[in-house]
Amino acid sequence: MTEKKEKIPRQSMPEQTPEARKSNFEEVPYGYSPETAMLEASRCIQCKKPRCVAGCPVGIDIPGFIKAIEDGDFASSIRILKESNALPAVCGRVCPQEDQCEVLCVIAVKDEPVAIGRLERFAADWEMEQEKKELPEVAPPTGKRVAVVGAGPAGLTVAGDLIVKGHEVTIYEALHKPGGVLVYGIPEFRLPNQIVEYEIKNLEKLGVRIETNVVIGKTFTVEELMTEFGYDTVFLGVGAGLPWFMGIPGENLNGVYSANEYLTRSNLMSAYQFPKYDTPVKKVPKVATIGGGNVAMDSARTALRMGAESIVVYRRSRNEMPARIEEIHHAEEEGIEFHFLTNPTRILGNEEGSVTGMECIRMELGEPDDSGRRRPVPVKGSEFILDVDAVIVSVGTGANPLLTNATPGLELNKWGYVVVDEETGATSIPGVYAGGDIVRGAATVILAMGDGRKASQSMHFYMTGEEPEPVSEE
Amino acid sequence: MSPPGTLFRSTGKGALPEDLTERREKRVYKIKEKVSLAHDVHSMIVEAPYIAKKALPGQFVILRYGEAGERIPLTIADSDPDDGTITLVFQEVGKSTMVLGGLSAGDSLDDVVGPLGVPSHIEKLGMVVCIGGGIGIAPVHPVARALKEAGNRVVSILGSRTKDLLIMEEEMVKASTEVLLCTDDGSYGKKGFVTTVLEELIEKGEPIDQVVAIGPVPMMEAVSKLTKPYAIKTLVSLNPIMVDGTGMCGACRVTVGGETKFVCVDGPDFDGHLVDFNELRLRQRMYLKEEREAIEAITYVGA
Ligand SMILES: Cc1cc2nc3c(=O)[nH]c(=O)nc-3n(C[C@H](O)[C@H](O)[C@H](O)COP(=O)(O)OP(=O)(O)OC[C@H]3O[C@@H](n4cnc5c(N)ncnc54)[C@H](O)[C@@H]3O)c2cc1C
Ligand SMILES: Cc1cc2nc3c(=O)[nH]c(=O)nc-3n(C[C@H](O)[C@H](O)[C@H](O)COP(=O)(O)OP(=O)(O)OC[C@H]3O[C@@H](n4cnc5c(N)ncnc54)[C@H](O)[C@@H]3O)c2cc1C
Ligand code: SF4
Ligand code: SF4
Ligand code: FES
Repeated sequence: MTEKKEKIPRQSMPEQTPEARKSNFEEVPYGYSPETAMLEASRCIQCKKPRCVAGCPVGIDIPGFIKAIEDGDFASSIRILKESNALPAVCGRVCPQEDQCEVLCVIAVKDEPVAIGRLERFAADWEMEQEKKELPEVAPPTGKRVAVVGAGPAGLTVAGDLIVKGHEVTIYEALHKPGGVLVYGIPEFRLPNQIVEYEIKNLEKLGVRIETNVVIGKTFTVEELMTEFGYDTVFLGVGAGLPWFMGIPGENLNGVYSANEYLTRSNLMSAYQFPKYDTPVKKVPKVATIGGGNVAMDSARTALRMGAESIVVYRRSRNEMPARIEEIHHAEEEGIEFHFLTNPTRILGNEEGSVTGMECIRMELGEPDDSGRRRPVPVKGSEFILDVDAVIVSVGTGANPLLTNATPGLELNKWGYVVVDEETGATSIPGVYAGGDIVRGAATVILAMGDGRKASQSMHFYMTGEEPEPVSEE
Repeated sequence: MSPPGTLFRSTGKGALPEDLTERREKRVYKIKEKVSLAHDVHSMIVEAPYIAKKALPGQFVILRYGEAGERIPLTIADSDPDDGTITLVFQEVGKSTMVLGGLSAGDSLDDVVGPLGVPSHIEKLGMVVCIGGGIGIAPVHPVARALKEAGNRVVSILGSRTKDLLIMEEEMVKASTEVLLCTDDGSYGKKGFVTTVLEELIEKGEPIDQVVAIGPVPMMEAVSKLTKPYAIKTLVSLNPIMVDGTGMCGACRVTVGGETKFVCVDGPDFDGHLVDFNELRLRQRMYLKEEREAIEAITYVGA
């Protein structure tokens, strides 16, 4: 097998057919079998200076974990992964690998890159199936207390890192379920909730306390956490959960949703199982999603699974879409129709206040803008009407001011995001650290986790005076 | 701003907030007491120590009775920080409130989060008229009490369709300087709407500095319309459909003075003269069909 290494093609993952998956919320790809995983792993040429690692925001030892898979030593493989990434089952599924690790893989010069993400997912899924799990060892108690605000990927990473260092860790989460965007935003067909639940259970087993239904800034303030409850450090990982709307007429009609609302209803509140679950979401014949990112793809694909004809309206062209290629591809396969170079100007409704259509204008690409992408400009007089019954607005999110407004002394930038020291994640308040979307604006799971990792190291240093070193459980 | 280094100095190791995780597993947020106030209207005292400590007039909680439940907002009608409890008063209008109506003392709720929303602005103004319509009497009660404590002359107008539906009269008498009652059918107090009574007050030349009106949307709209020509500042408490209650979803958006606001974080109190009530009314009806379906399915899930 090894002598004709180059000849082995990138292994695809078996997945549900587009026909079948259109009407269920089960995960689309099934994952590799051990044989396929070992075969795919053998494609890696084990570079001495692996370029792929430079593309991974948390610097996973990629050739290392892949070698272990190739050797059939899956336990070592997952151990290597967990040295730098607390949620490999999640990242293997949702990382934009084509822009991060895989894009840099040397094999990609001549052939398709090694399927790093799929292998990462394989190792993590393999571990979950094992009866006996390896839990990292917890250091003796340090007597220090850590409060983590927000149970998204950033917060979960900090909690996982600091509990094993012997600190007392409590996570405070506003919703009734921990996981952040991983449970309320990203749909089950892309990331089953059970995977996140499994990781959270492990944290609890290590001793992390998770307090749901606590809104910091309302139930307690950051100041109270530090003074009244004696937390030595606080990590803010509250995400960027403030949906933007477009400010066009008709946006408050019934049937216009922010992507956050639509996805929260269907994922967190299980509206797709209404009326078994009480929370409804409108089931209508035709739904338009506005936007071109991952969130838009998730919304459009959810609408499709709710039985609607689902279309995506995006003001630039396919090339500029920020969504992961795999997800665009999946959406197209499922029969979602894309209207590129089209921008909504107005949403139309009837007397009952329900959406009946959406007026759009055609766009053309002009000069490049700040982001380097060509700026879309409207074509005069090209307005037309799309008949739709619901609209999901997925044009981005901003900083939610709920916590930051209630935290005097916390320095924010002009967009309301928390300002931190890039090296340490420290905010303007001593002992208070931040990371993830509330610092960067809407970004990615792995960047949020990278921030969490960096902050946890400086928090540990702040509390104990011990120099930061990579958190490793070996 | 305080200089860096002096903010939030830890005072040593205080007790951690009680382990809510454990409490949750034991099905916490226990109902301590539940009484029926009128047909389909209940008052419930719920254990929620941290919310009780913080709650201010005008704030609300979001709760789920159980795993399949919707997240519904209810105003904190009263709170007792020493006892660690809050009082919720609700009317059975759909699935969730019907399930709540069926619970008794000793039962528990899965989730209660709060206190949410911006507290009502309380200051000494002089004379304030507090209007509660129907179930709206419950949320206006803590506001009236706080306004009175702040030194205002509080005249409360309470209205309902009929005598049996008029709740919390005794509490409102205590919380106000004076109480005026009315019913649509004239079975108790004056016959007419709360606006009839308010109009009389205005015409009598009472020096009204502010009106606070909480109740059904048509009532709050009528009150706002009435006070507008007199330029009497009128606060209303809006009740759109909500999901998270923390500004994350935008379900609760309303138009106030031509601007979109999120009621859960910007409100629930707004200037009644600026609210687009028509839009609010339409938005509240968004799930009528689904709500009926949910009620029909109650026996099926055995909730
Ligand atoms: C639909 C969708 C799809 C996405 N798809 C991808 C993808 O495919 N790949 C990828 O890499 N990234 C994706 N992202 C982006 C990614 O999910 C985020 O960048 C990441 O989750 C940010 O993590 P975080 O920990 O900073 O915050 P979040 O995940 O947003 O978590 C923040 C948590 O804090 C809680 N919280 C907020 N305020 C408070 C408060 N005051 N008190 C207590 N708790 C509070 C929130 O309820 C939430 O649970 C997607 C995002 C969305 C919305
Ligand atoms: C800030 C605020 C404070 C409130 N305080 C009280 C109170 O103290 N007492 C009280 O009886 N009611 C109060 N309400 C209204 C209460 O939330 C609704 O009656 C309740 O959600 C109905 O749920 P249901 O399942 O029983 O009825 P459903 O059948 O679901 O709905 C009946 C009606 O209730 C409204 N409604 C439904 N779901 C929601 C939701 N998630 N959020 C808001 N409204 C909804 C809709 O207008 C709907 O037409 C308040 C609402 C808000 C926003
Ligand atoms: S965490 Fe993401 S970027 Fe890093 S190796 Fe895994 S898939 Fe690639
Ligand atoms: S760059 Fe590609 S081939 Fe080289 S180590 Fe990384 S994954 Fe393997
Ligand atoms: S309820 Fe979600 S933003 Fe107000």
